[in-house]
Amino acid sequence: MNAPVLNTSPVVSDQIRKTTCYMCACRCGINVHLKSGPDGKDRVTYIEGNRDHPINKGVLCAKGASGIMQVTAPSRLQHPLKRVGPRGSGAFEEISWDEALALAVSWMKPLRETAPEKLAFFTGRDQSQSFTGWWAQAFGTPNYAAHGGFCSVNMAAGGIYTIGGAFWEFGAPDWDRTKLFVMFGVAEDHDSNPIKIGLGKLKGRGARVIGVNPIRTGYNAIADDWYGITPGTDGLLILSLIHCLLVAGKVDLDYLARWTNASLLVNETEGPEKGLILKNAESQPFVIDRRTGMPAPWDGKGVQPDLGATYQGHRTVFQHMAEHYLSPDYAPEAVEARCGIPATRIHALAAELADVAFDQAIEIATPWTDFRGDHHDTMPGRPVSFHAMRGISAHSNGFQTARALHLLQIVLGTVETPGGFRFKPPYPKPVEAHPTPHFVTAPGKPLSGPHLGYVRGPEQLALKEDGSPARIDKAFTWENPFSAHGLMHMLIPNAHAGDPYRIDTLFLYMANMAWNSSMNTAGVMEMLTDQVDGDYVIPHIIYSDAYASEMVAYADLILPDTTYLERHDCISLLDRPISEPEAAGDSIRWPVTEPDRNVRGFQSVLLDLGHRLGLAPMVGLDGSPKFKDYADYIQNHIRRPGVGPLIGFRGADGDQTGRGDANPDQIAAYIENGGFFQAHVPEDALFYKPWNMAYQDWAVKTSFYESPQPYLFNIWSEPMRKFQLAAEGHGYLQPPDHLRAQLKLAMDPLPVWYPPFGEDFARAFPVHALTQRPMDMYHSWGSQNAWLRQIRGRNFLYVPTKIWQEHGFEEGDYALVTSPTAEITVPVAHMAALNENTVWTWNAIGKRKAAWALDDGVAEANEGFLLNHLISELLPQREDGHRYSNSDPVTGQAAWFDLRVRIAKAAPMTHTEPDLPPIPRVVPQGRDRA
Amino acid sequence: MTQLPTHTDKKLGLVIDLDTCVGCQACVTACKGWNDQGAGQVGGLSDQNPYGVDPSGAFLNRVHSYQVQPDEGAAQIINFPRSCLHCEDAPCVTVCPTGASYKRVEDGIVLVNEDACIGCGLCAWACPYGARELDMAAGVMKKCTLCVDRIYNENLPEEDREPACVRTCPTGARHFGDFADPDSNVSKLVAERGGYDLMPDLKTKPTNKYLAPRKKDIPQEASLLAPLLDIQATGFAGWLDKILGKIG
Amino acid sequence: MNPAPSVILFTVLSGIGFGLLAFLGAGFPVPAGWTAFFHWGLGYALAVGGLAAATFHLGNPKLALKAFSQWRTSWLSREAWASVATLALLAPVALSDWLGLGWPRVTGYLGAAGCVVTVFTTSMIYAQLKTVPRWNNWTVPVMFLAFEGTGGAILSGNQWPTLAGCLALAFGIIAHLQKGMLAFFYAGQTIGTATGLDRIGTATVFEQPHTSPNYLMREMIYVVGRKHALLLRPVALLCAVILPWMVLFLLPLHPVTYGVVAIIHLTGALASRWLFFAEAEHVVGLYYGQRQL
Ligand SMILES: Nc1nc2c(c(=O)[nH]1)N[C@H]1C(S)=C(S)[C@@H](COP(=O)(O)OP(=O)(O)OC[C@H]3O[C@@H](n4cnc5c(=O)[nH]c(N)nc54)[C@H](O)[C@@H]3O)O[C@H]1N2
Ligand SMILES: Nc1nc2c(c(=O)[nH]1)N[C@H]1C(S)=C(S)[C@@H](COP(=O)(O)OP(=O)(O)OC[C@H]3O[C@@H](n4cnc5c(=O)[nH]c(N)nc54)[C@H](O)[C@@H]3O)O[C@H]1N2
Ligand code: SF4
Ligand code: SF4
Ligand code: SF4
Ligand code: SF4
Ligand code: SF4
Ligand SMILES: [Mo]
Repeated sequence: MNAPVLNTSPVVSDQIRKTTCYMCACRCGINVHLKSGPDGKDRVTYIEGNRDHPINKGVLCAKGASGIMQVTAPSRLQHPLKRVGPRGSGAFEEISWDEALALAVSWMKPLRETAPEKLAFFTGRDQSQSFTGWWAQAFGTPNYAAHGGFCSVNMAAGGIYTIGGAFWEFGAPDWDRTKLFVMFGVAEDHDSNPIKIGLGKLKGRGARVIGVNPIRTGYNAIADDWYGITPGTDGLLILSLIHCLLVAGKVDLDYLARWTNASLLVNETEGPEKGLILKNAESQPFVIDRRTGMPAPWDGKGVQPDLGATYQGHRTVFQHMAEHYLSPDYAPEAVEARCGIPATRIHALAAELADVAFDQAIEIATPWTDFRGDHHDTMPGRPVSFHAMRGISAHSNGFQTARALHLLQIVLGTVETPGGFRFKPPYPKPVEAHPTPHFVTAPGKPLSGPHLGYVRGPEQLALKEDGSPARIDKAFTWENPFSAHGLMHMLIPNAHAGDPYRIDTLFLYMANMAWNSSMNTAGVMEMLTDQVDGDYVIPHIIYSDAYASEMVAYADLILPDTTYLERHDCISLLDRPISEPEAAGDSIRWPVTEPDRNVRGFQSVLLDLGHRLGLAPMVGLDGSPKFKDYADYIQNHIRRPGVGPLIGFRGADGDQTGRGDANPDQIAAYIENGGFFQAHVPEDALFYKPWNMAYQDWAVKTSFYESPQPYLFNIWSEPMRKFQLAAEGHGYLQPPDHLRAQLKLAMDPLPVWYPPFGEDFARAFPVHALTQRPMDMYHSWGSQNAWLRQIRGRNFLYVPTKIWQEHGFEEGDYALVTSPTAEITVPVAHMAALNENTVWTWNAIGKRKAAWALDDGVAEANEGFLLNHLISELLPQREDGHRYSNSDPVTGQAAWFDLRVRIAKAAPMTHTEPDLPPIPRVVPQGRDRA
Repeated sequence: MTQLPTHTDKKLGLVIDLDTCVGCQACVTACKGWNDQGAGQVGGLSDQNPYGVDPSGAFLNRVHSYQVQPDEGAAQIINFPRSCLHCEDAPCVTVCPTGASYKRVEDGIVLVNEDACIGCGLCAWACPYGARELDMAAGVMKKCTLCVDRIYNENLPEEDREPACVRTCPTGARHFGDFADPDSNVSKLVAERGGYDLMPDLKTKPTNKYLAPRKKDIPQEASLLAPLLDIQATGFAGWLDKILGKIG
Repeated sequence: MNPAPSVILFTVLSGIGFGLLAFLGAGFPVPAGWTAFFHWGLGYALAVGGLAAATFHLGNPKLALKAFSQWRTSWLSREAWASVATLALLAPVALSDWLGLGWPRVTGYLGAAGCVVTVFTTSMIYAQLKTVPRWNNWTVPVMFLAFEGTGGAILSGNQWPTLAGCLALAFGIIAHLQKGMLAFFYAGQTIGTATGLDRIGTATVFEQPHTSPNYLMREMIYVVGRKHALLLRPVALLCAVILPWMVLFLLPLHPVTYGVVAIIHLTGALASRWLFFAEAEHVVGLYYGQRQL
């Protein structure tokens, strides 16, 4: 037999350039292979994962591995565009960059000189928030935020207010040691590959994985045990687990006493101080030392805080907490019906948690010293870990539910212990170490500080003298005091309603607000195009996108961005870094290939704009631009003395880490190093970080804070209690009366559960409707990818067996789905592994006709659909006559998953409703692959 | 040449762990990306109507998703990657009229010699597993090559000499190795976890093996928690004394 | 399986063509002069035309000659050889009949046998496929050969062979239907065995691996409308078997009659062959949860 001779060693490429993926926000390291084509130009031929990279260790997801279809997509914008026809339906005209920037300046400059707040600058899944925020601060508008408000701020804020750090991508389970891993409401998360790698490790060891999720796909499909919970009731389930643990005395008392405020005393005196943490003469919180029975400083050496102490009638947080959760209201039997989980299974889960945490405890033989100066010979660990994401946070009770989950971790003593949940630097970081919101504007002046921050009490709310909101999105108001990420989902509705005031220019970056990132999508399109006597209600819209998305059609001025392989980017520790629990990390993107179009990196454009507007930090002494481009900024911007966007290779000769002068060769050094940098946490600082002096000192050295910041976990949240007090009538700052009840309920200092606001419509709209992230698509971008759209070119509404049979659905049927505010007609499919009162679909598969350079007839635009049409940014009017925003009352997090619907069989159909007309094409329709 | 070798020195193939696969599709596009370059064994993988109605291209690896209802307990979702199993008795090879399809003696990899393929499609008909797809632009048959152009590739660093799909799989659900060697990682996995064949009755003797999902929904043997004491009787004070009494 | 016109024409036309050539080769009848030219010409035209049609099913026909190389294992390759050899063997007889050269007929007898062999190899291309249980049995060669015989007999104007052929064909078609209907079931392959998930429970498709059709689905997962089948089956039997039988039994045996019968039979053959493909299910359909009712 003469088999052909094969070349088993083909040359893969001419060269490899290492940069950072941006098919999603996970930011994996990639090796981009290039070959020089016949024209001598380098072509990207292949993309694979970078094995040395801390995030993905060589692996890539489906999106990352098809990045080549993204950088060659026909949907890439070609040049700056100016709207000529009517907004949303009219044509565009190609203009030069100079014209584009001049036009933008002509709109923005007058605003800066008269009323900076009339510019609203909001960014989407922006990875340069520390930069865009800095720009907005220099401009002087209070109206800046990124997408976090509609994304998962409950997860971030709930964590930071409770344990000084969060899930999301800011912490991770100890994958190598955990024996039991429980996921609440996770489909994918930003940590896409790290979570998959971690799950792989657990599976490799045969460790146990539990999924709590109404839907059993993806991560939950491989879970050993599945709790198909009723949406919005996780808080109740979690508090019931805490109840069981308390009843059985299975809580880590030592951990609670040492590392949490369980041992602090709660002021019981009636009046404005009631419920606040009891302070001493030096207005310092204190504990009762078990050795002496006397008050002692909470951080005193050798002090053994007494959880059971009562001091002058003031009891410890521990007692308040225990008494509260021991209440029979939290017994499994009392919650099973609501949660849709049998009491026996709740008992079983509690037992399992206790068993692993206490009877299978582990220990690392590393000595360490805590902030009290007490020495420990080992690091004991409780190998139970948790992760949660938007399944918890995207509900109107999400903040409190996130707190509840952290409380569960705390009573089990797992946070920052081996086998438990671990922070990623720059976390842990207590609330006190975060800024408070800045919002006071003055014509021609910058803002006095960063826009976003962590409110400690009513006095930090972003309110004007007259008590009206200072921000267009009404962030940091009585409606949602802790809106640490702003409320991007309220931006357009408020701007359109002129409530709290009118704005002039809407400046958006990387957010598809006319489609998948808005609630009430059809309504938003009307708001964007609405006119009063010939003028648009929102006078100017400037938008930067890289592709022909749905949003570009609604812009007056389009600033075309580069793709992720064509520009500099900086994934900074000032922002959302790529740290892992063992190491702080940051990284860059750099132009591994040159754009073949008249496009510019948005950050460089922003710097240019800043210079043209004369924003001080962007103008050099001689009036010339301070920064040539974004790369220049990345290397030379100094945020605090010695601290810049990147921590690696600092100082004139690039040998300093964390702190040091700017280094002109820093980016070169990063490229040399594979596009990223890591500063490793010392051995004796790897666990117990919030209290471990070795870590605290390292963190100061590495520039995360200016002085050590040890702190206690906040089981009892004083900031929240302050708002309750205000609602009860104490203090000079008072909420409007219609919000008092809501504040009393939602701002409870102990984690509580209340029904999500959607419950109000439970009778008329009995079915929960959810979306999930497909692992192979990134929101709206994926459909322009020739490979990904073959895999997932249409979506169905998945219907559980009960409802499927009830309505006699059959394959190919369409259903009429009605919410309190809208209705859609969509194709259905049957799914058994699903909570019996829940329907769902994949997020953002539906597309607008003619968007993304696709043919008008594609499935995405005809059979695909969004649930967003059904979700309203405002809840229907309540008894009190007010319409509340569809958000968490604590943080303003968009409550996407509170959605309730009614479902009925529709007449046979071949396309979904609403069936919107095509949008104008800003690029020619794609034909063949490049 | 389409006679099958009576013996192959190695039996290279994949083990796919259905207990670990989350259905992320990474192996699908990684495979497409590697083989679309046209640099190696596969001369590219074309796509028809990439931006139009019914886009359709050649892929060498597909990931299905099934719903399984056990006799008792909740329904499950199982993700199921499907690519060439490099069968020992490969019917796709023997039916081939041109000899384009063949099984390597060295390692048992089943390949298509695109230069000899007339695109008659008979091999695809003969394959029970849908592992072969005709490239509509080239008119020749495409199939998984087990990355024969990676696993021996001296231009790749040692650690990268494994299939693209295996290298990219984020959960490590795909394992590559030599089934002829009882001590190989794949042989061990198959022994430990009871790796199985697809449609064994068809006597194709697949080399690739699948690992069944572990038994699900059986809560661990943690005896239910015994209450500390009868709170109703003692009240909260009693509970507090009891629990705090426990601190040494 | 996808009932592609190319494969239907290939099998039907070459079948009838080789059938006619078989009769001519064997000397029933022995035409002379232009009649011979017409008869032999028709035989060759159908056989070669059929083979030509087959090449339309090739993705890369320019290499078609390579198809001769694998006769050791490949029925398709054997078919290539058999058909060419047969056509070659018959050529001298055809010439001698036409031009009245009176050459010996031995190659004719051999060629006739070759015609049978050729159609047998054709049928084996399908009958060999374990992946298509409906085909994977003896009824396929029987049916194919019966078609060859009947078609050949009609075109060569042989009454009794035609009547006999029709009976054989009726048997062949019914046997194939009877065996075929439950073949997939008896083959025992299910979505459970295809995935091995029968270990855990009953498996159904949750999501397809791709939302738009691919080569596999177009080529091997063809779902016939039930109505289609119910309509076509009687048509096939009626035209291919019953009408020819009745007509040749009742009407006077005039060449025109044979012409009419041939056309009716051809219609039946095409209908029957369409069903042969369209109703055949490939096990790969299991992965896509696509089974015909
Ligand atoms: N029903 C429902 N709706 C949801 C959610 C849900 O769960 N359910 N999730 C919400 C959440 S959490 C989020 S974060 C939002 C996400 O929604 P969006 O933030 O809108 O996300 P995308 O659509 O991915 O991206 C927005 C735009 O960024 C553009 N873009 C991509 N790359 C670049 C680039 O390099 N430069 C520039 N300038 N632009 C680029 C894309 O073309 C796209 O138009 O969706 C929200 N909407
Ligand atoms: N591939 C891919 N990755 C992405 C994205 C993407 O678009 N594609 N988007 C990125 C972005 S912007 C974000 S914000 C993250 C989001 O990361 P995730 O939060 O993991 O993504 P979602 O799809 O919103 O997942 C919500 C999950 O919660 C479940 N769920 C809903 N309601 C409840 C509930 O009440 N209780 C419980 N227990 N579960 C519930 C849903 O079934 C779903 O599984 O993903 C990021 N990563
Ligand atoms: S998860 Fe995938 S898309 Fe996201 S950065 Fe990593 S490789 Fe790229
Ligand atoms: S990459 Fe791995 S986890 Fe993802 S689908 Fe393929 S096998 Fe499954
Ligand atoms: S899986 Fe199919 S293509 Fe691969 S060797 Fe087996 S029969 Fe041939
Ligand atoms: S398609 Fe190519 S490889 Fe397959 S049988 Fe035909 S010639 Fe052989
Ligand atoms: S081994 Fe190579 S060719 Fe085969 S599926 Fe994996 S990546 Fe594709
Ligand atoms: Mo998000």
